[in-house]
Amino acid sequence: MLAESLFFSAVLFTVGVVGVLTRRNAIIIFMCVELMLNAVNLSFVAFAQVYGASGQVFVFFVMTVAAAEAAVGLAIIIALFRHRHTVNLSNINLLKG
Amino acid sequence: MMLLPHEAMLAASQLAAPAAHPLDGTVAGYVWLLPLLPLLGFLANGLLSVTSAAHFGPADPGAGHGPAHPSSPAPHAPSDHGAAGDDHHAVARHRHASLVSLIGPGVLVVAFGLALAIFFAMQGAGEMKAPFIQRYFSWMPVGDLNIDVAFQLDQLSMLMVLIITGVGMLILLFSVGYMRDDPGYPRYFAYLNLFVFFMLVLVLGSSYPLMFIGWEGVGLCSYLLIGFWFSEKANADAGKKAFIVNRIGDFGFLVAMFMMFANFGALDFTGVAAGASQLGLGSVLVTAICLFLFLGCAGKSAQIPLYVWLPDAMAGPTPVSALIHAATMVTAGVYLIARSNILFSLAPVACLVVVLIGALTAIFAASIGLKQWDIKKVLAYSTVSQLGYMFMGVGSGAYAAGMFHLMTHAFFKALLFLGSGSVIYAMHAAYHHTGSHDDAQDMRNMGGMRKYMPITWGLMWIATLAISGIPPFAGFFSKDEILGAVHARHAGSTLDGASLLGVPGGAIMMFCYVLGLAAAFMTAVYMTRMMLYTFHGPNRTGDRERDHLHEAPWIMTGPLVVLGALSAVGGWFNLPSFFPAGRVGALEHWLDPVVGDGALRFTNGAPVEVPASTEYLLVGIAIAIAVAGIALAFVRLKPATLVPKTDAPAEHGFERVLANKYFVDEIYDATIVEPVVATSRGLLWRGIDVGLIDGFTRLLIQSKDDDSAPGSSVQMGGLLTRAVGLVGSTLQSGRVGTYAWVLVVGMLFVLGAFTFR
Amino acid sequence: MPHNNLQLFYVANFYLFGLIAIASAVAFVTRKSPVSAALWLVSTMSALAAMYVMLDAPFIGVMQVLVYAGAIMVVFLFVIMLLNLGHPSEIADARGIWWKLAGGLVGLALLAQIFALTRARLPEALVLPENTVADQIVRTGAIAPLAGPLFHEYLLAFEVTSVLLLAAVVGAVVLGKRKDRDYAR
Repeated sequence: MLAESLFFSAVLFTVGVVGVLTRRNAIIIFMCVELMLNAVNLSFVAFAQVYGASGQVFVFFVMTVAAAEAAVGLAIIIALFRHRHTVNLSNINLLKG
Repeated sequence: MMLLPHEAMLAASQLAAPAAHPLDGTVAGYVWLLPLLPLLGFLANGLLSVTSAAHFGPADPGAGHGPAHPSSPAPHAPSDHGAAGDDHHAVARHRHASLVSLIGPGVLVVAFGLALAIFFAMQGAGEMKAPFIQRYFSWMPVGDLNIDVAFQLDQLSMLMVLIITGVGMLILLFSVGYMRDDPGYPRYFAYLNLFVFFMLVLVLGSSYPLMFIGWEGVGLCSYLLIGFWFSEKANADAGKKAFIVNRIGDFGFLVAMFMMFANFGALDFTGVAAGASQLGLGSVLVTAICLFLFLGCAGKSAQIPLYVWLPDAMAGPTPVSALIHAATMVTAGVYLIARSNILFSLAPVACLVVVLIGALTAIFAASIGLKQWDIKKVLAYSTVSQLGYMFMGVGSGAYAAGMFHLMTHAFFKALLFLGSGSVIYAMHAAYHHTGSHDDAQDMRNMGGMRKYMPITWGLMWIATLAISGIPPFAGFFSKDEILGAVHARHAGSTLDGASLLGVPGGAIMMFCYVLGLAAAFMTAVYMTRMMLYTFHGPNRTGDRERDHLHEAPWIMTGPLVVLGALSAVGGWFNLPSFFPAGRVGALEHWLDPVVGDGALRFTNGAPVEVPASTEYLLVGIAIAIAVAGIALAFVRLKPATLVPKTDAPAEHGFERVLANKYFVDEIYDATIVEPVVATSRGLLWRGIDVGLIDGFTRLLIQSKDDDSAPGSSVQMGGLLTRAVGLVGSTLQSGRVGTYAWVLVVGMLFVLGAFTFR
Repeated sequence: MPHNNLQLFYVANFYLFGLIAIASAVAFVTRKSPVSAALWLVSTMSALAAMYVMLDAPFIGVMQVLVYAGAIMVVFLFVIMLLNLGHPSEIADARGIWWKLAGGLVGLALLAQIFALTRARLPEALVLPENTVADQIVRTGAIAPLAGPLFHEYLLAFEVTSVLLLAAVVGAVVLGKRKDRDYAR
């Protein structure tokens, strides 16, 4: 089922990318990133079935990184909201030098 | 080329699984502790130095220790003012001084004890053909290149470890007295400990890259310690000079390593030796590698043409000169050649170059030493000259003889330097007492020190007789062995078969032998001259200062006594066969598993057989020359007629050439330094920087930009950059959405590059 | 997957949950309200958890439910609620129609390229015999095949992730802390 898994993984990943491109709500964009991570996890697990369980270890690490990312990212969003009273990215251009 | 049994075994041990080694499970397993101890000492002392810096302020020797020497206008004025028995400027001793003096030499005492334990373990282990290699971790696993951090313990590295930790321990103990009142006391010991760490890495590393780490590390420490009193520009300049000259040599070392890896696919000693053994005698590749390695040696071990840094290195504290610039670091080149003996034994032409350069350096430096007035400069040129002897030894395939001279030289030269340090210490204390600013290192200001420093006087004479080659002192045996080896190989060896620039090798070896004899004669003369002017005759220090001259404290004379004993009996470690008593060739036998095969190859597999009559003749010539040199010095030199430095007349003729070191520094300055500076200043700075780049931007921007006045070309130089930056900054809108788009489109391009390949 | 009569069941379920995952994902990116979008994402993640089970990774499936669908998504919902992101200006967050079209085109191009890339040959030499992982699970349980490499080969990485988590916790606290001037406002 490797090929099928990779197909599903690719579709999910693309959906995540399109979400990041078309949405402006910071939280939703953030969730789209989580979706992309999940899509990659799916291909890791699929490869693990063929090449050995090490792939599953990587899923573990991805989950850990995702958890850390969620904690910091959401804290940033809260700080942002407190500052600007919006999470709409078209109103936010703080990343300018 | 036949495969010698040792190499065959090496090759076999590469293929087979690591066999049990006789040293497995002994104290030798703690070899990692040897470099670790000085490293810990460095960290501790460095920490003490850093933490207390805030309370002390930057070390400023200028304030506490005297003043530049107004009487010596030369740019490289010798200035060793560590010895400050000082009661005028109340220089407080460092807060942590007692702790530092415990840690600094302490770690070396422990390391020396450990080294001795390992040495006895090696003796107990009996016959040990293969090196004891301890792998710790993989350092550079890149493709075919796999370099481990591994320490190699064999007879050669053991000898070096014993010298480094033993002599280093004595010199550090001496430093406790010598440097006690210096504001940079912990910094000094931190550097010295770091030096010992790197030096041990150098000799214990099991591969050329690891050795190179130590090689560079000792260079760094040398630089730091030469410029220890960096607030005086001459000292800092001397440090820079040493550093830069050594880079030239390091270039050679690096190229040699690249060639080894490209051709042998290995960089550890066993791998390179196995790879080189596949090549024939005198192959161009091995010769090139050896010559590049020797370039590295010439830099580190101060051989022609790169020796110029070593005399200037005397700007550092005297114990540093003893440890780094006489006993250990500068001998690293000799160690490198002995370590690469398989390579060098395959390249007779390269060996001829080594012998020739060694002999030329020996006589060249010895002749300069004849007319130096600074006591440390005499010893510095003497060191250069003796290093030339060592290279004659290892170059002619007499590795044991070269290493033997390395060892004895470490003893007597450390003693000479420390003894001169005692003298300088006394002189400095006396001058400080009266506030005089005379040169504490100039022999014209000394004289008659025998009366004030009898112990130092006696010990220095032992060292002088040793270095001059008077039996039964240490230097006689080692120097005689080297000269004998050079003479023996002028016929019937691979060196004889080779030729250099059309000159047959046998003739070159004979020529080098004569040069070596002449250098030995000069050595006897200049060393006796130094002793006569320093310790004999009337005292010229000054009437008021004379009362304050006295022997150094026991912490300084103690190590001197030990070194004096070693200088006296050091020769017994490797007695020649004609000597009536004692064990013959102990050191040679000890080193045989490491260098024996390489040495045998020089004589086509047969041990050197010298007829007894020839041998007695050679020994007789050597002794006669040494005695003649000393006698000549006694007859011709009149310490009584010498006048202090300030009243001394200028030299004339060839004397002047010698006193100015053949003007080599000036020649280098005119041919290399000045053109480089002129090119940088005239072409690169005025031409390209100011003329081209700034002029171009001035044309572009002048109309637009009005806040920078025309003509201030420095400000305009960046305007082109600013214009480009303007385009970039408009792209950076700060909107995350735009960034995401750019990112994804870029990713499409990258993936596209894979898809439409 | 087990090589017994359940095979068909596994394959069917795999496809079923795959379709659910994709449908939920599409729903997730098209919802206007953050809350319903988050709930659709939970659905996607649960479907993925089921697919992991079909792919011989039951333990990862459990973790997926616990960590992702459970912990992480709860935090997301919590933040959405906390910031009260329901009001109209926040909901109308999508870009204009041209942006959407462009996004769709880019997505299609990306998909096409990924498919083109999966034609690349996989290293056959590394492929394990059929059902190795499934047999391992039967023999030693679901956790051992994962725990072995995790605590041996990847021990350093494992320890480093703990440092990463610590750093994330500290960072989150620092970022989320109210500053004094916030009170002053």
